[in-house]
Amino acid sequence: MQKFSGFGLIARAFGAHKSWQAQWRDPEPKQSYDAVIVGGGGHGLGAAYYLAKEHGMRNIAVLEKGWIGGGNTGRNTTIIRSNYLFDESAALYDHAVKLWEGLSQDLNYNTMFSQRGVLMLAHNIHDIQSFKRHVHANRANGVDNEWLTPEEVKEFCPAINVGGKDMRYPILGGALQRRGGTARHDAVAWGFARAADALGVDIIQNCEVTAIRRDASGAVEAVETTRGTIKTKKVGVSAAGHTSMVLDMAGVRMPLESYPLQALVSEPVKPAFNCVVMSNTIHAYISQSDKGEMVIGAGTDAYTSYSQRGALHIATHTLDAICELVPMFRRLRMLRMWGGIVDVTPDRSPILGKTPVKGLYVNCGWGTGGFKATPGAGNLLAWTIAKDEPHPINAPFTLERFREGRLIDEAAAAAVAH
Amino acid sequence: MLVIPCPYCGPRPELEFRYGGEAHIARPEDPSTLDDEAWGAFLYLRSNPKGLHAERWRHIHGCARYFNVVRDTISDTILASYKVGEAKPDMDALARILAGGPRAAAGEEKSK
Ligand SMILES: Cc1cc2nc3c(=O)[nH]c(=O)nc-3n(C[C@H](O)[C@H](O)[C@H](O)COP(=O)(O)OP(=O)(O)OC[C@H]3O[C@@H](n4cnc5c(N)ncnc54)[C@H](O)[C@@H]3O)c2cc1C
Ligand SMILES: [Zn+2]
Repeated sequence: MQKFSGFGLIARAFGAHKSWQAQWRDPEPKQSYDAVIVGGGGHGLGAAYYLAKEHGMRNIAVLEKGWIGGGNTGRNTTIIRSNYLFDESAALYDHAVKLWEGLSQDLNYNTMFSQRGVLMLAHNIHDIQSFKRHVHANRANGVDNEWLTPEEVKEFCPAINVGGKDMRYPILGGALQRRGGTARHDAVAWGFARAADALGVDIIQNCEVTAIRRDASGAVEAVETTRGTIKTKKVGVSAAGHTSMVLDMAGVRMPLESYPLQALVSEPVKPAFNCVVMSNTIHAYISQSDKGEMVIGAGTDAYTSYSQRGALHIATHTLDAICELVPMFRRLRMLRMWGGIVDVTPDRSPILGKTPVKGLYVNCGWGTGGFKATPGAGNLLAWTIAKDEPHPINAPFTLERFREGRLIDEAAAAAVAH
Repeated sequence: MLVIPCPYCGPRPELEFRYGGEAHIARPEDPSTLDDEAWGAFLYLRSNPKGLHAERWRHIHGCARYFNVVRDTISDTILASYKVGEAKPDMDALARILAGGPRAAAGEEKSK
């Protein structure tokens, strides 16, 4: 692997940048692997990387039906935070934030992780009570989160309109996680892919898994793909919106439903918005990308669908809210909108662990908010596959919780979105 | 936005409706006799198909009644709508109509 550095960039400029190598190979699938990851999103690629780096498994492959990062990894609004209410969630998401903090160095790839602060706005008494409860719970768990008065909100993010009594949704304060922020989505997929490839992982694109074969004892023995049969005793599924279909191939039913979630970006403008602002109550999420676009997240459609596009009225609703929150954005023109298919669990917490089928592991249910967890989810899925048991951090998030009634109900806690 | 055919009021924009999740999931007659596995399955497992899905909708800003719809979750085409208590339509037949293309699905004759 060619190491990236500022010096290397300058040196290669003299050769008109012609000496760069491809960042990862494009191998033919082998007949068998020690482990196979289904889904080349950030989570799957991350799992392969950590399997190779921390667990010494080098004979592994990531199978991706399209192109890597072409799923939700490349479609999301990249908000990263860990101020979730419950102890289990705080531990899970903060594990990821800690990995984010060293990720660019670890991967030798600039993931453009920017801890610019995530500000969640409160618009009514319920929001105030709920956010303050979050602030206290987070602090007890060692996760930073602080309460801001409306004046402090204005000071932290001057573009927001906190004033007007005539506002439909007045701003009564906000919860700020300063360690939260954004990262560059594609760079995360590419950085993991490059680093995993360097450790010997085969990244195989245009390779859809169509069946999971099991031996007489019921354990996984191979996967059928559009590029042939691949033998393996360990399969880790990280297929986001398509997870329930992949697990169905092994006869495992999942508590998941897939919904379209959409986002949109404006034309690029000069730096104008210094942090991430979220409002669950009026359903708006916004940050400015390094390219200058305002990146806006809208809501999910009401119904399950695999159409990868959301309805216009959902996006319009979000824009209405944004125009009130940040009046100067009224003159912005929107450039593009798109959708992704998110896999939602009944309690809005992910599922990460073993399945009833021997050799089959799953990481899913991240729904509308799993980008922030990318390195953490990959890291814990790798552990679970390598040791054949969940890590203490993901042990509460296994599939059994739906049988045992042990839900981790972040949905009820905050109606959380991203 | 979907145009949803309410069996009582006719086709109306999606905004008038509330989605009610997968249809035909009957609450077990005697929950206390169920083991955790079966009760968990009733509460949480859904079929989530990529294809035809029978689902409940409620015409909340209209007649306020619940009814069922069969929708293709790839194209979002609605193939049938029927009242609560009526039998689920023949899904294979609907799948064949869908395969005939959007015009066939919209009830037009297939020109061949
Ligand atoms: C519009 C939008 C906005 C979002 N905003 C945020 C946000 O601000 N913050 C946040 O934390 N999260 C956000 N999310 C959620 C986040 O994007 C996801 O939770 C996360 O990216 C999931 O990563 P993944 O690697 O598991 O999935 P993906 O990147 O979707 O990867 C799964 C891969 O599996 C592949 N696959 C599926 N089936 C098969 C098969 N049979 N064989 C082979 N490959 C297969 C797919 O092609 C896909 O590439 C958002 C999502 C969307 C859609
Ligand atoms: Zn009606």
